[in-house]
Amino acid sequence: LLQRSRRPMKVPSMKSKSIGVVAAVAAAILSKGVNSELLSSYSLRHKYLHNKIFMPRGGGLHNENTIFDENQAEAESDSVPPLEFAHGTTTLSFTFDGGIVAAVDSRASIGNFVGSKTTQKVLPITDHIIGTMAGGAADCSFWIRRLQAESRHYELSEGRPISVARVARVLADYLYENRGFDLSIGTMIMGFDEYGPSIYYVDNSGSRLKGDLFSVGSGSTFALGVLDTERRRNMKEEEAVALGIKAIRHATFRDAFSGGYIAVYVIRETGWKKVFSEDLALVDKN
Amino acid sequence: MDTVFGVEFDGGVILASDQTNARSILTYQTNLDKITELSSHSAMGISGPNADLVNFSEYISKNLALYELSNDGLKLSPHAQANFCRGELATALRKGPYQVNIMLGGYDTVKGEASLYWMDYLAALAKVNYGAQGYASSFCLSIMDRDWKEGLTCDEAVGIVEKCIKELQVRFLIAQPNFIIKVVDKDGVRTLKFGADPADN
Repeated sequence: LLQRSRRPMKVPSMKSKSIGVVAAVAAAILSKGVNSELLSSYSLRHKYLHNKIFMPRGGGLHNENTIFDENQAEAESDSVPPLEFAHGTTTLSFTFDGGIVAAVDSRASIGNFVGSKTTQKVLPITDHIIGTMAGGAADCSFWIRRLQAESRHYELSEGRPISVARVARVLADYLYENRGFDLSIGTMIMGFDEYGPSIYYVDNSGSRLKGDLFSVGSGSTFALGVLDTERRRNMKEEEAVALGIKAIRHATFRDAFSGGYIAVYVIRETGWKKVFSEDLALVDKN
Repeated sequence: MDTVFGVEFDGGVILASDQTNARSILTYQTNLDKITELSSHSAMGISGPNADLVNFSEYISKNLALYELSNDGLKLSPHAQANFCRGELATALRKGPYQVNIMLGGYDTVKGEASLYWMDYLAALAKVNYGAQGYASSFCLSIMDRDWKEGLTCDEAVGIVEKCIKELQVRFLIAQPNFIIKVVDKDGVRTLKFGADPADN
């Protein structure tokens, strides 16, 4: 029997949703490994199917529609509205001749309020791999920090640097497992490994896509308009960086939820480096 | 939104799908390969969100590989594989459904015959001579109804598939510029044509 993942059996109720989500997610991560009590509850099915990879499904929002008692029904009728998370952002990345360029803005908004204009939306995972943040700020920073730990652990136990595909896969698997829990993450994992430069788009539904060019966030469509028209194959670093800056500038101009600073990172064979940072407030825009 | 369809001919099955990967108003990529090989002589065209597509197809294909390894090289026939898939969809239906619609085509090396199965996300299974999932069915089924007959050759079946693709590109609202066509026959699974190379990144 190949055990693949463990989930908590209880489903968090609507009322304590936010605390429940954190607890459930923490339990999902921490309770890896075979749990003999849970195994016996599945015994009826697996008496006859010993040799099968087992993947339990369920949990999260799918089960929240069934109401088991009046207390729960009462609690749900006057529920607190769900928390508003910071979603607005523009992040983009694309490959050029010899590496990858990543450009991001730095605004974190909570509804119509600008929570921060100096958010770090590019988070390092290893020396050669970085991840961008779009969606829920807390979700992204938490999960990317976990990736830092997982990558370091891999490096120490395997004795070689982790590949970008593996990092992206680890994150995508976690997010797929937790997809009923209203996480909001749209990240690009990019880096340079033995297979060359690669960019993986990973989001909270568990999708993982490899590509040459991605843009994520509320301002992504504006950035893509500029990127798609002006990008060519095999650009040089200066041109690529300039194009990244231009695309973010245009996106922050039109998208209300993007702004602050532009930060541009370049990843080459030697590792990643921040190459440009500009305060958009100082740029003359009408 | 995805287009997946298949046509059975004498000695094999043609599977075709579009190559677009999109969400909401954005197209992420146009070179995705949605027809995954399950075993040496069967393949599954899947439509649905990318996460469920990847996870379900890998789950099924790895379980089939495990079965082969544990049972001394015994391969499951396409009929058995289709029923296994359906069983998994049915079990997951009331817990956390896989939102995938599938066309499964396979060649039974023991019996020497091909078969095509239509499966939807509610775990309904039907053995068909030709079929389509999604909006494509509205446009393509009538063409297949008209042109399909017993004892088609591979080229004739590909001709039907290409007619369907042309019709979709003319009349379907959602632009799907690239399609990938695969054939499953006694020689296994191979790609006949693609609009954009899935390996291109």
